[in-house]
Amino acid sequence: MSVSVRIPTILRPYTGGASEVTIEPGEDTLAGVLTALELAAPGIAARVLDDAGTLRRFVNIYVDDEDVRFTDGLATPVKPGAHVSIIPAVAGG
Amino acid sequence: MSTSYVTPSSTPDAGAPGGDPVVPPSAAGSPGFGPASRLTCRECGSSYALGAAYACEECFGPLEVGYDFVDVTRERIEAGPPSIWRYSCLLPVAAYAGDEPNLNPGFTRLVRADNLARALGMTGTLWVKDDSGNPTHSFKDRVVAVAQSAARRLGLSTIACASTGNLANAVAAAAARAGQHSVVVIPSDLEAGKVLSTAAYGGILLAVDGNYDDVNRLCSELVGDPLTEDWGFVNVNLRPYYAEGSKTVGYEIAEQLGWRLPQQVVAPIASGSLLTKVDKAFREFISLGLIEDTAYKVFGAQATGCSPVAQAFRAGQDVVRPVRPDTIAKSLAIGNPADGPYALDVVRRTGGSIEDVTDAEVVEGIRLLAETEGIFAETAGGVTVATLRKLIASGALDPAAETVILNTGDGLKTLDAISNVVGVTATIPPDVDRVTEILAARAASAASAGS
Repeated sequence: MSVSVRIPTILRPYTGGASEVTIEPGEDTLAGVLTALELAAPGIAARVLDDAGTLRRFVNIYVDDEDVRFTDGLATPVKPGAHVSIIPAVAGG
Repeated sequence: MSTSYVTPSSTPDAGAPGGDPVVPPSAAGSPGFGPASRLTCRECGSSYALGAAYACEECFGPLEVGYDFVDVTRERIEAGPPSIWRYSCLLPVAAYAGDEPNLNPGFTRLVRADNLARALGMTGTLWVKDDSGNPTHSFKDRVVAVAQSAARRLGLSTIACASTGNLANAVAAAAARAGQHSVVVIPSDLEAGKVLSTAAYGGILLAVDGNYDDVNRLCSELVGDPLTEDWGFVNVNLRPYYAEGSKTVGYEIAEQLGWRLPQQVVAPIASGSLLTKVDKAFREFISLGLIEDTAYKVFGAQATGCSPVAQAFRAGQDVVRPVRPDTIAKSLAIGNPADGPYALDVVRRTGGSIEDVTDAEVVEGIRLLAETEGIFAETAGGVTVATLRKLIASGALDPAAETVILNTGDGLKTLDAISNVVGVTATIPPDVDRVTEILAARAASAASAGS
C-alpha cells in the first residue's frame, strides 16, 4: 500500500528538501510508516522518536487528520492512501 | 539546501532551521534585535542564529530567545514611554522598535481590588492587572508588537496567525496600522464579536471548520510552504519573539508595585506561555538586580472543559495529555498546549497550584469582577476570578497574602457568555410612577433578602 507523509521544514534536510514523500510501509500502522520513512530518509526516525522509541514530546503526528495521541499512538492503523503529517508541537497560543 | 542550525561552536553565518532568513548572531546582541543574540532550545540547549524558526532540529523542542543584557537600569526603564517599549532593553527588538508603526500596547493599569477582596474573604491586598485596556482590548497586542518588529527585521511582509480570537484582533489591527498584509486563521465557531472586530481591520480572515488545534495544525503546515515564504506567523515561526512580549506583563506588575514582587499571581492558561513568561520576567528583574529576590507563588487557571494542564498538575505528571476543548472560554480553548509542561514546572517550582472551573463558575466570575470592581472581563478573566475563589476555598492560595490576578481581555468580546444571565431590570413606558414602583419593589426585595 502507498501512504503520503507530509514533512515539516526542519526535517526536509533528510528528504532532499521534499515537503511530502510517498512510501510503501510493510505494516499498516504508524510504526510501520515510520520504519519505511527511515528507509527512504535515513536518520529521520531519530528526530521523531526518542531513545526509547516513543514519540518525542514536541512532535505531533496526524493520520488522516486524527492526532495519534487521541488514537493508538504508534499502533494507530494506517490505511492505503492515508495522509500522515508530522508537525512540531510548539506553535499556538 | 541549508543544513540550518548553528551550534555554539558553529560559524555565525550559517542559516536558521529550515533555511529561513537570518541575521547573524553576535556576542553583544544582533542588529535589529537589541539584546537578543540567539535562539536556544528549551529541551536540549542547542543554539541557533536568530531567524524565523521555532522548533529545534535535534529534538523538536521549542526555541527561546537568548540575551546578552546591557545597561538595564530602573532609571532607563522609567525614562521610557508608557508602553511595552519602555522595556525594549529586555526584549528581542531594536531600541527604535517603538518608533516604527505599531499599536503601542502595554503599561495597562494595575487596579487595587478591595471590593473583590472583601467579597472573597481576602485580607491581603488584591490587584487586577487589567489588560483589557490594550489597543484591541487584550494582552495579545503585546506579543504581536514584538513579533511585528521581528517580522520587519526578517523581511517578512505579511503577518499571520492561528487564533482563538484575541490574537486575531491584535494581528489584523497591527497590520492595518503598519500598512502590512495580514492573514488570520480562526475556528469557525468563534464568538461573533471577535470575528467582526477582526474583519473590521481588513486583511484576510479564514474561518476553519474545526477547533483551535486544527487551526494551529493548518498554520504549522503552511509554514514552509512556498506560498507563505514571506509570511511571519506570529505564533508559529515567530513564536520565540512573540512569546517574549508576554514578559512585559510581569515587568509592569513589578514596576507598578514600586519595584517589588507580589506574593501570589494567578494567570489563565491557554498555551501556558503567558504564565511562564510572567515568571521569566520576575526572574530577570531579580537577576538584573532591579528588584529584591522575594518569594512568590504562581497559580494557573483553566476552564474545566479544556483543562489538560490542571489535570496533569493534579495527577503529578510532567506530560500534558491533549484534550478536545468544550468550554465557553474559547480564548483558553487550546487542547494541546505547547507550553503546558513549562507552566507545570513554574507552578511546582514556586509552590503554586492549578485549578479549573466550570462554565457556570466562569460566568459567575465575570459577574463578580464586574459587580465589585467595574471591570468587565472576557471569559478568560472569568476563569481567573473563579479560579481565585476556588484556590482560596481549597486553601491552596493564602487569602492574607498580596495577590495579583490577570485579566487578559475585555468582556465586550464575549457578550454571548452572559447574554442569558444579565439584562435590563425592567422594560417600562416613560412613566415616573412605573420607575417608583420598580424601585420600591427592589427595595422591598433587598430588605427581605437582608432580614
